[in-house]
Amino acid sequence: MKKILLLGNPNVGKSVIFTRLTGTYVVASNYPGTTVEFTKGYMNLKGEKVEVIDVPGIYSLEPVSKAEEVAVDMLKEGDLVINVVDATKLERSLNLTLQLLKQNVPVLIALNLWDEAGHCGIIIEVAELERILGVPVVPTCALTGEGMRNLVLRLKEAKANTYLKSDQERWTEIGKIIHQVQKVTHRHHTFSEKLGDASIRPITGIFIAGLVLFISFQVIRFIGESLIKYFFEPVFNIFWTPLMLKLSLILNPGSFIHKILIGELFKGEINYTASFGLLTTGLFVPLAMVLPYIFAFYLVLSFMEDSGYLPRLGILVDNIMHTVGLHGLAVIPMFLGLGCNVPGVLATRILEGKRERFIALTLMAIAVPCMSQIALIIGLIGKYGPFGLGIVFGTLFIIWLVLGFLLNLILKGESPEIFVEIPPYRWPYFGVLLKKLWLRTADFIFHGVPWVLFGVFLVNILYIFKVIKFVGQIASPVITGFFGLPKETVAALIMGFLRKDIAVGMLLPLNLTMHQSIVASVVLAMYFPCLATFTMMIRELGAKDTLKSVFIMLVTVLIVGTALNLILS
Amino acid sequence: MKKVLDLTQMKQKEKGIVIAVAGGPGLKKRLETLGIRKGAEIAKVSAQVMRGPIIVQVVNTQVAIGFGMAKKIIVEVEKESNIERSAVSS
Repeated sequence: MKKILLLGNPNVGKSVIFTRLTGTYVVASNYPGTTVEFTKGYMNLKGEKVEVIDVPGIYSLEPVSKAEEVAVDMLKEGDLVINVVDATKLERSLNLTLQLLKQNVPVLIALNLWDEAGHCGIIIEVAELERILGVPVVPTCALTGEGMRNLVLRLKEAKANTYLKSDQERWTEIGKIIHQVQKVTHRHHTFSEKLGDASIRPITGIFIAGLVLFISFQVIRFIGESLIKYFFEPVFNIFWTPLMLKLSLILNPGSFIHKILIGELFKGEINYTASFGLLTTGLFVPLAMVLPYIFAFYLVLSFMEDSGYLPRLGILVDNIMHTVGLHGLAVIPMFLGLGCNVPGVLATRILEGKRERFIALTLMAIAVPCMSQIALIIGLIGKYGPFGLGIVFGTLFIIWLVLGFLLNLILKGESPEIFVEIPPYRWPYFGVLLKKLWLRTADFIFHGVPWVLFGVFLVNILYIFKVIKFVGQIASPVITGFFGLPKETVAALIMGFLRKDIAVGMLLPLNLTMHQSIVASVVLAMYFPCLATFTMMIRELGAKDTLKSVFIMLVTVLIVGTALNLILS
Repeated sequence: MKKVLDLTQMKQKEKGIVIAVAGGPGLKKRLETLGIRKGAEIAKVSAQVMRGPIIVQVVNTQVAIGFGMAKKIIVEVEKESNIERSAVSS
């Protein structure tokens, strides 16, 4: 099968073009390094099925980093390259283009962000550029789809080896080309540029960052709480409860099947957080407790990603990140980790070296709870007011900071410096944002919820066969002795291996005191990543480093859990 | 009058021309990919406190550069003359 590669600088819109060509959606954002993996898709070209590959962004074919090496290797496999070029940054993009034109592969250029170039007062003579480079140049605006048809129509005109000049002359050549084809009309600073500058100056920047984070937090809380209170809880109480009570009568309370499907009844009533049946708690926890917050979080996160704010935040906190051995860009994987650790782990690929990735992954696995877990912690501790939640998340943040500081001290090497292109602010494109939001929410519904159901099922089986009671006896010295928690919490800790949200959910019926709830939440958040994250960590770090990370985790959780118990009691 | 500085010593909004990168070929290549090379026009947008990253504008792109790296980028700036200054204040 023929292979088409999408190659270009980071953050020029390769992923959006990929989605347009193949109909396969891939996450695209407004910062360099959104794509860290190859994505393959297929398109139909006059009845012929062709493979399209979205390659992570590179600045040059002279590999400086691992990602670039891989991209260069990929080039050998391609039958055709669509070189995606940012029309607002033609000069810089041509560096890669001229290198590509010396390779033995047909090239076609998509001059993307064409509309934005126009807004910036940049005029490019496309025909002239085409003549000089000897390959088709097609202006596109992938977000709206403009020019995409033309791009596909002209694929057959792609040519190889059209620009054979020595590497030494490259920048001089680029200068000449720019002089010939590009005119920049003068214009005043736009509002978004002024805002852009203000958000990276120390004083205004910190003020803006505080404001952005505060608003994000409030929006997430407002949307999450409202969805629960005015939609999901009423739906469950009004429509689902009567249905379940009828089913309960049919199944006969006390039977095995009743225990699995409905769970326990309390004075003949269903308690959605305590019954623990597949159709009661198994559905209520993921749908009515977690989903609203997942939706709200990803809405806000997608907005931050697409607007271009995240890298700016990274620059502001660069200093703090250096104390934990990372640099500012590491806020991106950490933020993604707050949604779900799995994409967070993957996103650490934007960090340069093995050392940084180890630190980032260890910190994330230990001290960055995912949104499912946060939602349940809110459900567990929220009733005591903001104070309890403050202790939980404050503790996690301090652990993140102290552990990072120690890791940075102990591990050999230094944290590399930040070097990143700051994307312009863009108003998120509504359709694309919605699509991304839907994809991430759907991922939870179709991949997360089944696991929750499986977990609830497993818990019941383990209870029925008294496995939990048995393990509880063995583990009680640690759980009761060190953490001051009742023996029953061991069930939650076991479930924590599988999924963190059910694990916290299992604390709900235990009637823990506030102090116990806090200790249990912190311990659960820190100890062991869920199965999906763990698998991902092994893939990214290898078994040896993952084991090291797990060892650090177990030691930390023992110390912190015990200390917290002593302080609070 | 011209003066030679490194990026960290430049003032906010000052403009200059890169005259050298005091580093190995690896650093040079890395900086080059974002347009920071000998002869490039560069303007300082801002600097973070406590030896934080320096943000510069090169052609159409804003780039954040770590403090240590920024120290290695040598820039020549026009020293602002008195005439210019009075023109600004009037």
